[in-house]
Amino acid sequence: MSTSVKTSVGEPATTPATAPRKRPTRAPARTRSVVRHLALVAFLAVVVAFWALPMLWLVTAPFDAHPGLDVSWPDWTLDNFRKLSENPYAFSSLKNSVYLAGGTMLGVTVLAALAAYSLSRVRIPGRNGILYGLLLLSSIVTGTAAMVPIFQLMFQLNLIDDRSGVVLVLTGGLLPAAIFILKDFMDATPKSYEESARVFGARPTQVLRHVVMPIVRPGLATIAVWALVNVWSDFLTAYILLRDPAKIPAGVVMYTFYSEGGQANLPLISAFSLVYALPVVALYLFVNRRYGFRFHGGIKS
Amino acid sequence: MASIHIEALTKVYPGDVTAIDALDLTVEDGSFFALLGPSGCGKTTLLRTIAGLEAASGGSIGIGDRDVTTLTPGERNVAMVFQDYALFPHMTVTDNIAYPLRIKKVGRSERAAKAADTGEGLGLSALMDRRPGELSGGQQQRVALARAMACNPSVFLLDEPLSNLDARLRLEARTFLKRLQRDLGVTTVFVTHDQSEALAMADQIAVMEAGRIRQLGTPSEIFRRPANTFVANFIGSTPMNMLPGTLAGGSLQVGGLEGVDAVAAGWVGPDAADGDVTVAFRPEYAKVDADGPLVFKGTVDTTESLGASVLVTARTDDGQRVQVVVPEGAEPEVGAVVGVAPASGRVLVYDAEGELLSP
Repeated sequence: MSTSVKTSVGEPATTPATAPRKRPTRAPARTRSVVRHLALVAFLAVVVAFWALPMLWLVTAPFDAHPGLDVSWPDWTLDNFRKLSENPYAFSSLKNSVYLAGGTMLGVTVLAALAAYSLSRVRIPGRNGILYGLLLLSSIVTGTAAMVPIFQLMFQLNLIDDRSGVVLVLTGGLLPAAIFILKDFMDATPKSYEESARVFGARPTQVLRHVVMPIVRPGLATIAVWALVNVWSDFLTAYILLRDPAKIPAGVVMYTFYSEGGQANLPLISAFSLVYALPVVALYLFVNRRYGFRFHGGIKS
Repeated sequence: MASIHIEALTKVYPGDVTAIDALDLTVEDGSFFALLGPSGCGKTTLLRTIAGLEAASGGSIGIGDRDVTTLTPGERNVAMVFQDYALFPHMTVTDNIAYPLRIKKVGRSERAAKAADTGEGLGLSALMDRRPGELSGGQQQRVALARAMACNPSVFLLDEPLSNLDARLRLEARTFLKRLQRDLGVTTVFVTHDQSEALAMADQIAVMEAGRIRQLGTPSEIFRRPANTFVANFIGSTPMNMLPGTLAGGSLQVGGLEGVDAVAAGWVGPDAADGDVTVAFRPEYAKVDADGPLVFKGTVDTTESLGASVLVTARTDDGQRVQVVVPEGAEPEVGAVVGVAPASGRVLVYDAEGELLSP
């Protein structure tokens, strides 16, 4: 793809210089390049439309008096949001989502940071094997395949219909990948920073607080956002482990927005979709502004 | 300020790799001491063991009148400047310099005052609010030095202090470091693989190989009289001439020349054992077409300009390579036959084991 873009962009720049002498032989090549260019534009337009239409629906349907499944110029109204505010579970589900996402984010970030630091700095035989094993298993643990044993486990622990149970399962599921990613950040941090602090007499906890954590902050921010977004959009775990409608998070509550006739309640669903999507977008923008994904660099190399 | 006493220090890494082998060393109070050697000789390990970043496998380390062998790095009252400087990237210059004081729980305002004071001494006043990423290599080095000075250590440890600077800056930093060390008077040990750095800066040099010290002495002792062929090969910006010869009854046979009375020339003691020897002299200490007890005839192979002088390489009839440094403009033509004559007082004779025979 990238090469075809390159040639079609590069062609107009090179033809004027060579055109006067080579016109008869160049003409078919030029036609071909124009056709190729048009085909590429058409293809990209389809791709863009494919991704843009759902987004358009998300921003127009909530404000339409009669939202359908198509994208159209809305019949402007805020009535859908009024209906949403009257729904008994809409607001509580957002609070639940914040609780689940916040709790999991905190647990994953703190535990993964400590584990990744240890794994990066302490030599354990078979360290890489442990990491790869964890990573491999983690894709099963959060996945649908392990849902039955996880349900059994939670049942035995008496954590069914308990939000802390959901936090526990989600944390466990996200941890291995988080450790794996953070260990990369820790590995990339030169040891001389820590050794320097140690020679000045810093205790291990001080080294961690003063030196390591600030330096890997972009990594921590990445993990925190990633965990939060993951939990925010989670459906299955909460759907299976929670019973009480007052405890279910936003991802699950949408599943209950049906009219009495069993029809999807599109006014409610569209309005809620927007409300549900906005915090994550806001968070992403905030974190990127506040922390950014940059590295200051104090090492001369 | 303190001297350093190292006795029978051994460091063995897992897998039976011996980095330091029963090493004894005393660094005098206030001296500027170089640990010099090729990479992998254990010099950095020795420095890190003095700092406490590596635990000794055996032997003892004393700083001043304290045995610090089992103390943590923070308890040894040493300061180390790392090869990459290891300035904390998220802290300003002030915070970096004040960090050792922060660990010692010195109040914020006192810390800032001390940092400003130390920074001023090193010409950093205008940079105090910057972060390390916004500084040049030379500035970063000075911040690292200021940070090390801020905690008033009794010993400075510098790991390859000049290797991260570009060639021009390196010369400046060399002079600067030497003056700084003399002004502060703090015992300083630095590690380098560059013999010219060691010769230029240090009061005392320990040349290391495979975890042992091969020679300990002042720069001029090490340059003029290398104690063995390893040191002779390692020291000097042009490699030493090394010619195989034999010694029999005090008579030295080398390079197809007639036997020379080596005892009378003062090259070996009267009781030197007969056998194979190596005759060595520095290219700087030889002349072209001059008289002397040894004159090696050879054909000029190459001439290389060293700036104010020229390095001439000649091959003798039996294929030996002899090099000599001559003043600029005085170099012979390539292909010319010349006689290379080392100054008599500069000829060194090593035995078959590579140890110096010359008294």
